[in-house]
Amino acid sequence: MPNRALLLKLLSAVILFGAWEIAGRVPVSFAFPTFLESMSALLSMTLDGTIFDAYAETLKPLAIGVAISAVLGIAIGLWVGLSKTFDWLFSPIFIVMQAAPLAALIPLLVLAYGIGLTSKVLVVCIMAMPVIVLNTSGAVRNTPESFKEMGRSFLASETSIILRIIIPAASPVIFAGLRLGISAGFIGAILSELKITPTGVGDIITYSRSIADYPSMYAAIFSIILLAVLFLNLLEKIEVTLFKGNQRGYVSD
Amino acid sequence: MSQIKEPLTPTPAAEFESAVSARNISKNYGEVQALQNMSLEFPRGQLTSLLGPSGCGKTTLLKIIAGLLEPTSGEVEVNGKRVTGPGPDRAFVFQDFALLPWATVLRNVAFGLEMRGVAASEREARAEKYIKEVGLAGFENSYPHELSGGMRQRVGLARALAVDAQVLLMDEPFSAVDEQTRRKFQEDLLQLVQNENKTFIFVTHSIEEAVYVSDQIAILLPRPSRVSEIIRPSSFRNKGVDNIRRDPEYLDIVDEIWASLRTYVE
Repeated sequence: MPNRALLLKLLSAVILFGAWEIAGRVPVSFAFPTFLESMSALLSMTLDGTIFDAYAETLKPLAIGVAISAVLGIAIGLWVGLSKTFDWLFSPIFIVMQAAPLAALIPLLVLAYGIGLTSKVLVVCIMAMPVIVLNTSGAVRNTPESFKEMGRSFLASETSIILRIIIPAASPVIFAGLRLGISAGFIGAILSELKITPTGVGDIITYSRSIADYPSMYAAIFSIILLAVLFLNLLEKIEVTLFKGNQRGYVSD
Repeated sequence: MSQIKEPLTPTPAAEFESAVSARNISKNYGEVQALQNMSLEFPRGQLTSLLGPSGCGKTTLLKIIAGLLEPTSGEVEVNGKRVTGPGPDRAFVFQDFALLPWATVLRNVAFGLEMRGVAASEREARAEKYIKEVGLAGFENSYPHELSGGMRQRVGLARALAVDAQVLLMDEPFSAVDEQTRRKFQEDLLQLVQNENKTFIFVTHSIEEAVYVSDQIAILLPRPSRVSEIIRPSSFRNKGVDNIRRDPEYLDIVDEIWASLRTYVE
């Protein structure tokens, strides 16, 4: 029942925004604007084009970082999942990367790579890649043995087993990793703009806060969340079209 | 090592020709000896069951014949050719069906043909033919999760039939389906053995099932794993599927097998 699902989604949005509006009106803090104030700030930023200029800046490290993380992350994850040697070699790096306090490491990155695009892309990658790699490798390792035996007994080549069996079998968990990784990448992109150089959306957030224009600040934060949600929905659509039968999970009685 | 005893219906060994021969197969998993010096002949065009308690190595032997496992020593020959890995002369039916959940019934059945490089239109035509043959016409575009357990195993069977291998290896194929479906499967299997000129090797832990469907039953015993007996039921095979379970020979063989296995069941 897609209608019911849509209705529930709308309901949860109404509850969330309603709570925000009330909290803004109480007010919880003088630095916390209401939902409607934030939305009107977002509207005016959209109308005068500020928000588009900001995203033209922010999307650069975000898109590059997410693309690198997705492609390289899945590739390394496959490799790590298929080979014990690479598991020993690479897994610890990504586990450390995932646990590292990134904000504290940013000065080191800036020291090494300057304040330009490279450092920002790296921040996005450090945020996004570990979970993609770890999910992919875990899923690959957990491919049911009987699927692989089935492939071999029906004369599938090694490549076919990887492409036609292991990757589709791992795809639900790979996509879960992509979703987590990409949302972390969005956080990374904003973090890099707050911590390295204020550009794009990070600049709107920093600047609005410094002049106490809180509605604009929250509007910018809201817009990045909105973009992330839209992107994740798109990703889900891609997954559903690619691996239709996977939607009901694995064959079981 | 293996004492071949044919108590009820002695059949001279020269009467049949072997499609598959396993010679002096041993298989060790580290310290554990799964199979020890096991030899067994599988007559062409017939169904041979490997029957035994769990841990007797029946699935291991089947996977060695399939080429999925490498024996520690000994060799398997299929039609006179030594097995070095999976080959086009053998097809496998899995206990847990091993259907790809993201692929439709049609694509699952055509999987073996696809891997052999058969063109899309031809493999779909052949897959459709076998889907009909196993009684799943109309389900070509369903996904495995939309089917019952019994129907899923029919897909697994159609996939194995579609590649037209001379030897069909079945690893407890009916153990995950319900009792009624299993009985229907057993009857259908008898039909299949009669109609298709294929050699069937069938692993089961059900004594009744083995006696019901087999031309030859190899009883495997564990620790160390060996072929303890080969039984060839003869009198009830042509009396019709409905009469087999009432046949005195059927009942005698079931009892006899149970008598020899019971000491191995904890």
